[in-house]
Amino acid sequence: MRVHFDFSAIRKIRWYEYAVRFLFGGAITAATGLVAAHFGPVVGGLFLAFPAIFPASVTLVAKHELEKKQKVGKDGTTRGKKAAALDARGAAMGTFGLGFFAIVIWKLLPVWNSMAVFSFAILTWLIVAILIWYAEQHRPV
Amino acid sequence: MGPLIFRFVVGGIIVSAFSILGDVLKPRSFAGLFSAAPSVGLATLGLTIVTEGKLYAAREGRSMIAGAVAFFLYACLCIHLLVRNRWGAMAASVFSFSAWFVGAFGLWFLVLK
Repeated sequence: MRVHFDFSAIRKIRWYEYAVRFLFGGAITAATGLVAAHFGPVVGGLFLAFPAIFPASVTLVAKHELEKKQKVGKDGTTRGKKAAALDARGAAMGTFGLGFFAIVIWKLLPVWNSMAVFSFAILTWLIVAILIWYAEQHRPV
Repeated sequence: MGPLIFRFVVGGIIVSAFSILGDVLKPRSFAGLFSAAPSVGLATLGLTIVTEGKLYAAREGRSMIAGAVAFFLYACLCIHLLVRNRWGAMAASVFSFSAWFVGAFGLWFLVLK
C-alpha cells in the first residue's frame, strides 16, 4: 500500500485525546530528568526509549476502528485489535531506527557539533525505520 | 521546579507532534513507526546538553540503545497478546510494560552496570 497523508484523521481525534498524549509525553520527559538526576545517566538513558504514549495511541487506534464499524452496525472488536496490532508491528520496526538514533547520539555527540548530531540522528532514525518497513512490505511470502 | 515544568511542556509538545504525525499517516503499520519515534529522547537530550554537557548526554544515548531493545520486546509482547491471546488494546499495551522493564533492566544489569 502507498504511504500517504490523511488529514481528516485529525478531526476524528477529540480534544481530551490530545490532552492525554500531551500529559503522558510531558510526564515521561519530566520523569526521565528526575530519574537521571537521582540514578545517573546510565539508568536515566534507558527511559529515553520508554514507550511513553504507546498505550494511549494504540488504545485510540482500536477505539476509532471499533467506532467506525459500530456506525455501520457491525461489531468492530476484532477489527480494533487488528488495527492496534498493526500499529504495534510498525512500532516494533521503528525501534530499530530508535536504536540507531541512540548509537549516533552515543558515538558522535562527544566529537561533533550538537545540532549536526541531532539532525544526523533524526535522519538516521527516519531512514532506518522506513527501510525496515519497506523491506517488510516487500518480503517474499 | 522551573526546569521540571520546562521539561514537561517541551516533552508534551514534541511527543504530541510525533503522535499527530502518526495519526495522519497511512497505512497503519507505517504510522506505527512514529510510535517508536525518538520523541522523549529529542525532548530530553537537548535539555541535558544545556544543563549537564555533551558527555553526560552521550552516556544517556548509550543506555538508550538498551531501552530501544526493550521497546522492541515490549512491542513483540503487545502484538502477541493482541493477536494470539485476543487481549484488549489497553490491557495488552499496559501489561507489556513488564517486557520493557525486564529487557531494559536486564540489559542494564548484564551490559551497562
